[in-house]
Amino acid sequence: MQTTLDADTTPAPAHIANHPTHWRNRPFAAHFRTRDDDFDASKFGMWLFLTTEVLLFAGIFCAYAVFRMMYPEAWSNGSHHLNWVYGGANTVILLISSWTAASAVRCAQLNKQKWLKINLVITILCALLFIGIKFWFEYRIKLGDGKAPGTFFSYAFAESPYEVLWWSLYYMGTGLHALHVVIGASLLGWVLYRSWKYQAYGPTEYLMVENSALYWHIVDLIWIFLFPLLYLIH
Amino acid sequence: MSSTDHAHHEGESYFDGPPGVLSKVWQWMSTVDHKKIGVMYLFAVLLMFFLGGVSALAVRYELLDPVRTVETMNEAGEMIQYTSGQRLAGLTNIMGAKNANEVYNRIFTLHGAIMVFMFIIPSIPASLGNFFLPIMLGAKDVAFPRLNLLSWYIYVIGCLFGVFSILLGGVDTGWTFYTPYSTTTDADHWRVILMILAAFILGFSSILTGMNFVVTVHKLRAPGMGWFDMPLFIWGVYATAIIQVLATPVIGITLLLLVFERVMHIGIFDPSMGGDPILYQHFFWFYSHPVVYVMILPGMGIISELIAVHSRKHIFGYRAIAFSSLGIAAVSFLVWGHHIFTAMGELAAVLFSGLTFLVAIPTAIKVFNWIATLYKGSIAINTPMLYALIFLFTFSIGGLTGLPLATLATDLHLHDTYYVVAHFHYVMMGGTVMAFMGGLHHWWPKMFGKMYNEKAALAGAVIVFIGFNITFFSQFFLGTQGMPRRYANYVDEFQTLHVISTYGSWILLLGFLVHLGTFVVSLVAGDKAPANPWGGLTLEWVTESPPIEHNFHHEPVVTHGPYDFDKVVPPHWDPKDYPLPENPSSH
Repeated sequence: MQTTLDADTTPAPAHIANHPTHWRNRPFAAHFRTRDDDFDASKFGMWLFLTTEVLLFAGIFCAYAVFRMMYPEAWSNGSHHLNWVYGGANTVILLISSWTAASAVRCAQLNKQKWLKINLVITILCALLFIGIKFWFEYRIKLGDGKAPGTFFSYAFAESPYEVLWWSLYYMGTGLHALHVVIGASLLGWVLYRSWKYQAYGPTEYLMVENSALYWHIVDLIWIFLFPLLYLIH
Repeated sequence: MSSTDHAHHEGESYFDGPPGVLSKVWQWMSTVDHKKIGVMYLFAVLLMFFLGGVSALAVRYELLDPVRTVETMNEAGEMIQYTSGQRLAGLTNIMGAKNANEVYNRIFTLHGAIMVFMFIIPSIPASLGNFFLPIMLGAKDVAFPRLNLLSWYIYVIGCLFGVFSILLGGVDTGWTFYTPYSTTTDADHWRVILMILAAFILGFSSILTGMNFVVTVHKLRAPGMGWFDMPLFIWGVYATAIIQVLATPVIGITLLLLVFERVMHIGIFDPSMGGDPILYQHFFWFYSHPVVYVMILPGMGIISELIAVHSRKHIFGYRAIAFSSLGIAAVSFLVWGHHIFTAMGELAAVLFSGLTFLVAIPTAIKVFNWIATLYKGSIAINTPMLYALIFLFTFSIGGLTGLPLATLATDLHLHDTYYVVAHFHYVMMGGTVMAFMGGLHHWWPKMFGKMYNEKAALAGAVIVFIGFNITFFSQFFLGTQGMPRRYANYVDEFQTLHVISTYGSWILLLGFLVHLGTFVVSLVAGDKAPANPWGGLTLEWVTESPPIEHNFHHEPVVTHGPYDFDKVVPPHWDPKDYPLPENPSSH
């Protein structure tokens, strides 16, 4: 549960410490019996929500498997068009950001307000970097070549008539994932804003940090599956 | 206890609001009280039931006679073609359709889409479940009250998308949105996309409600209430919520892919581009079959309450009923293939057929336990109990007629005929709607603090029962004789049965109008309801009718099971005589 081992005990400046949003002043929801019940319930809810995220992407993975089986050549051709360097760089970026997200939770638990913010900033920067690489170095170039989904597909050198399916699934999968990256970064940005302004998170009140970090981990995890399936295996 | 944070006036019911119409409206629109949200859901789903019902009546009206075109002579002596039997032809211009058949296609699609996505999926869990799940657990609210309100708004937005699509002319894809039809139909792009997005948005509402209920059941049970002290309605809603959480995301991604298919032809479901329409059907039924149990499981939960309370007997086989709910939820994920037997290999079809038969086991366990509960019970034939008995009758027919559909050989003959239509209406309407009506009458006094006229409600139930069976039993005959579903036209031989079915739908309408009248009169002029009109032992009967804002004056402590009538209630006790002995749990 919540621990205060090695906690930073520096008192917050008075105007922050007395603010109702400061972590020491936050009440728990009135319909729960204890703060722990509230915390456990919210975390349990988050895990259920993460389950739905996995099942959402399951549709993409399932379609990937079906068409890979039906058109192995198109799939092989398609993955040769992806540069593993960009995919690999984004993988490393997301792994680092997952570590900083986890560290942010730990810092909140230990009331290390400064490092909480630093970790959040690094995580959000990693998200922006990921999106930058994805859109600037990958989508932009590929769309320019005509490697686009559905009706927009105009790549003249496709060797298999079914390559358009590969690109459709590539954009659906990575696009949906990128949307999740943006949502996750926004959640972490909200956490950052509130810890910057109010020191809203600390040893007894770090649920939002934890749940946003959990969301961030699922975003990372989905990429961990997308990366080898799209970039590495042919 | 931390309940005193929120100032509230003791003894004031949950719907006593501030004076002034605008502040009242705002109080309801911004409420996080699960009871108000439950009531708002109730009115919203009943409105959708009305819209879906009107389109059903239109479908039945069109089918009164077959469409026939004859060459005849007009007054001027010229040969003209005269078409009879297109009763919905008058709507052709209004809906912007090409011809009367397209009007028919659109209307049965609207009937299906509204009834499935907007009425029956949220019906019991979101209205009665929202209102009673926390109270029956002894909690002050659901785990996430603000998410609960959000889910209502998402539901309303989803419904608005659907209604917009209808106002723009509606869609003719069938409620299943099968490809390639849904991607190539003549209907305007935007209408199809709006309707698909409506279903997509409604999915979020369903997921949020499901998550909320699962967490509430885990974390907010009153002190002393173990898992097996929960009322069986909670078990039903809990199993439902698990399916909602696990199945709905799959329809989410499916509909999203479908929207992109329609907008930019991504090709995944389009055979001309190498895509696979059967993949769509697998995806669709992977959600939509479990959802059949989202529809029926809460209804089964209600029946467990009704039968135990109104026969004043301890429920027979409590654990068997509880576990069979979870069993149905588990099996529900393994049977989607029976919708598409002919689209898969022989081995897969045989496996899906076998797995489908498995559903019959937990379902039969429930039915036998309910009947065993009735045995030697002191059965009160009031409206809730009558609906429970109707449920046993109609749902059993619905369940048993499902077996020939699970059997490969007979399904080949019956697939896509009126037999299927009759079967799932016996399960969905004869099951879920009957349970919903029973539950609504059972809990109406608690929700609104008013009694209803028992005789009028009983009359309504009898009329609904008669109308329902006339409407749908005739369709079993139509189906076995070969009448395909979704057709606006048919050969003359089928007309008698179609006419019977349509007359039945009018009787059904009459029954529901009687219920509507009963409810309106009850709200306006009903007698004040006592706290416990039926002598129930679950926690909602401990608090007042209607409940106070935070449900209970003191947090209840559970000291007896939900069905311990033999231990708690004196023998020969009549609810009318005197109130139940002071419940030890209410301090």
